[in-house]
Amino acid sequence: MSSWLDYTINGLIVGNVYALVAVGLALIFGVSRLINFAQGSIYLVGAYIGWVAVVQLHTPLPLTIIVVAAAAAIVGLIIERFGLRPLQNSVRIAPLLATIGISFVLDQLVMLTFSPNPRALPSQLPDVRFQVGGGTIGPLDLLIAGVGLTSALLLFVFLRYSKLGWAVRAASQDRDAAMQMGVDVNRVNQAVFGIAAALGGVSGMLVGMYYNQIDTAMSLQATLKGVVAEVVGGAGNVPGAVIGSLLLGLVESYGVAVFGTSYRNLFAFLLLVVVLVLRPNGLFASARQAPPEPLTGTFIAPSRPVRIPWWALAVAAAGFAVLPLFPVSFYVLQTLINAWLLGMLALSLTLVAGTMGQVSLGHAALLAIGAYTSALLSLTLNVPVGLAVIGGGLMSAALGTLLISPSFRLRGHYVSIATLAIGEIVSLVILNWESVTRGPIGISGIPPLSVFGYDLISPTSIYWFSFAVMVVLALLQGRLLTSHLGRSFRAIRDDDIAARAYGLSLNRYKSLAFIFGGFAAGISGGIAAHLYSYINHETFNTQQSILALTVVILGGLGNVVGAMLGAVALVGLPEVFRIAAEYRILIYGIVLLLLVRFRPQGLLGTM
Amino acid sequence: MLSLRGLTRRFGGLTAVDAIDLDLAKGELVSIIGPNGAGKTTLFNLVTGLDRPDAGTVRFEGQDITGLSPERLAGEGIARTFQLGRVFGNLSVMDNVLIGAHTRLRAVKPVVPVIGPLLELGLALLRPASVRDEEERLREEIKAILARFGERLLPRIDQPAYSLSYANRRRVEIARALALKPRLLLLDEPTAGMNPTETAEMQALVAELKAEGLTILLIEHKLEMVMRLSDRVIVMDEGRKIAEGSGEQVRSDPKVIEAYLGHGLSGTSEQESAA
Ligand SMILES: Nc1ncnc2c1ncn2[C@@H]1O[C@H](COP(=O)(O)OP(=O)(O)OP(=O)(O)O)[C@@H](O)[C@H]1O
Ligand SMILES: [Mg+2]
Repeated sequence: MSSWLDYTINGLIVGNVYALVAVGLALIFGVSRLINFAQGSIYLVGAYIGWVAVVQLHTPLPLTIIVVAAAAAIVGLIIERFGLRPLQNSVRIAPLLATIGISFVLDQLVMLTFSPNPRALPSQLPDVRFQVGGGTIGPLDLLIAGVGLTSALLLFVFLRYSKLGWAVRAASQDRDAAMQMGVDVNRVNQAVFGIAAALGGVSGMLVGMYYNQIDTAMSLQATLKGVVAEVVGGAGNVPGAVIGSLLLGLVESYGVAVFGTSYRNLFAFLLLVVVLVLRPNGLFASARQAPPEPLTGTFIAPSRPVRIPWWALAVAAAGFAVLPLFPVSFYVLQTLINAWLLGMLALSLTLVAGTMGQVSLGHAALLAIGAYTSALLSLTLNVPVGLAVIGGGLMSAALGTLLISPSFRLRGHYVSIATLAIGEIVSLVILNWESVTRGPIGISGIPPLSVFGYDLISPTSIYWFSFAVMVVLALLQGRLLTSHLGRSFRAIRDDDIAARAYGLSLNRYKSLAFIFGGFAAGISGGIAAHLYSYINHETFNTQQSILALTVVILGGLGNVVGAMLGAVALVGLPEVFRIAAEYRILIYGIVLLLLVRFRPQGLLGTM
Repeated sequence: MLSLRGLTRRFGGLTAVDAIDLDLAKGELVSIIGPNGAGKTTLFNLVTGLDRPDAGTVRFEGQDITGLSPERLAGEGIARTFQLGRVFGNLSVMDNVLIGAHTRLRAVKPVVPVIGPLLELGLALLRPASVRDEEERLREEIKAILARFGERLLPRIDQPAYSLSYANRRRVEIARALALKPRLLLLDEPTAGMNPTETAEMQALVAELKAEGLTILLIEHKLEMVMRLSDRVIVMDEGRKIAEGSGEQVRSDPKVIEAYLGHGLSGTSEQESAA
């Protein structure tokens, strides 16, 4: 049996690894008020470069570390130069979306190059363990601790005694003042991204050696853990990030000791949500301090939406409605059914992210809640499928809003982190709550769609049903947008401080937006469950959240017609061009990046 | 009507607002002047609930409102404009000003505990006649408010606020504040960045509002305007109130002159441009 000392050592070692990621995030946040969602991808790249160096080039350990650090730093510099610098004068949402897109592109590139299967990453160190008190410690533990301490020392010397380090500190204290004093912000950004990437890459390599395994799922986990540690320590606070990381490592390690391994991540995300709610500025800042974010400027790209005359929309809707009467292939109908399901999700997300300004990265969780509710209602309680789907929508509206509500006090990037974490929590709860969700086995034998006692089995009937549901949801949402609520949502998005000063309660209106949006997403998930007949905790994953986000940006944030158009385009075009499935996610990531850079208002304009 | 006692706000080592006492009677217009960084805007934030004081109390119409949320205070009839301008960029002029009337919505926002928000959602979607009438009435009223700015805003009523000129955005903010039907109006440098003609227009408008009996707290750097409009002037420096009285009294107070000179000429240069 392992001793407490073992768990403590393990917690500190893991915390040390998190610190390497979190310090980079803190440096970047400090100078550019940006949460770099691509940090985990650099960590992933670092792990795979380490693998190439160790397994294929047989480099000695010191050289491996140097190679990984240098290569990762180059990736970081490329991201800064080509991904973010062109967006310097864009709206605040742009760099956030860009790092999300970059992260997807990098992960997919790694996956396409090395295949998604896990690989072993040997540590090149002797496999011995020393007895320390009641526990043991191995050479790899010492190496990780050593790398952690050395990096901290080097970073301290750099920030404290070099001219560039001084500029970094000045820029993170007051960017405008620093610029007026002649600090070259581009150089500062370069330095910060290079350092952050080098640390992140080395961290990925060390983790790979620690568990002797690397795979592409590491990326998202690392981003999440690093962000948790950074936020716990106080965003932008470098020493805080180190302490936050060690704390996170210990919390996880003790949590695992008491409850078991599958709960590790749950503790991390619960810690995040608790800190965000109770001390949004981190453990070491006074809770009342104003949020460290610029409060001026619009969040989304201002634009005049393209007005499409109602008759054109009616013609388009009629065209899609009569399509199955023509001799179209099963394949076309299947593709469009997928587009309608995605369209419902996009309607939901365009309301929440576009109209309300809460860029949710955990939207697939709403699908999952709707799908599980509808599946379980119809399977275990024999509720008619039509009602069960509506039940899924209602549950998603209620539970989704409740889960997201801790993030209502947050702004901008923090909302994205919180929703990402909440999405992970939902998927972990589904995995672990076996008595209800059947855990990792998933739910099979879900009955097919039926309305008023008629089973919808033929593709044509499923097509009509899902299309009709989407159109009804779109009409309702259009009506919502022209009411005082649409105005109130948009006002809160544009300036929540002014909105509050005029009596708009953030909790009330964000709840209403999530209730309405949660319903649409839950319906989409419910229908999907009955179509697939089998679901598990991985059916609705982050990739779908990102796909929905790309659809929403493509159509124009907040734009109802745009959401549907975007769904048809993103589902349909890859089919038209017959793009292989494994390249699609890569293409979605690239589309997202190109949109953010060249057409932030999307095809039909933001509303 | 409004009374502040010992109001204090510290940021780290800096005391931005230092034990301020202030009384404002119904229908009075009091101006707050002082050099940059004196703590005027912070004082407004404390009164409107955007920031909470470290010490002291705010009373409004006899009620203790210290530390209440801005939403609550808007409901009590306190409206403000922001120094740097905080219009809703992507909303049309009409929608911006309609947000000002948000606290006055009744038909669509029934006061029912717990399910109130859900009813609000339902009513917004169904839109029965009562809700439509209310919206229509407010729209008419807002056109009347916009008409107070002559031809500046009415022709642009459907344009998004981001496309307006700087001065017009300031006007939209004031229109938005008026749409709340405030009992107390706080104006933070309403003429900042305006040319002399526009400043004169704004001055006439504020004089009109005062004549209508509105209670106003005004922050302004253009002393000319302050002297003409104010019943009383309060001078702040480094968070403290250093003088209070009529425009004439304050103007000749040596402490005031010293405060302005002691902090460079940032305040004075604006006075000249106004003169
Ligand atoms: N959120 C904050 N955090 C830290 N310091 C602040 C904050 N808000 C204001 N201050 C500081 O408080 C002091 C008073 O600021 P305030 O904005 O109230 O001055 P002001 O009198 O309105 O000046 P101006 O005429 O330039 O508008 C300034 O030194 C300012 O830097
Ligand atoms: Mg001010």
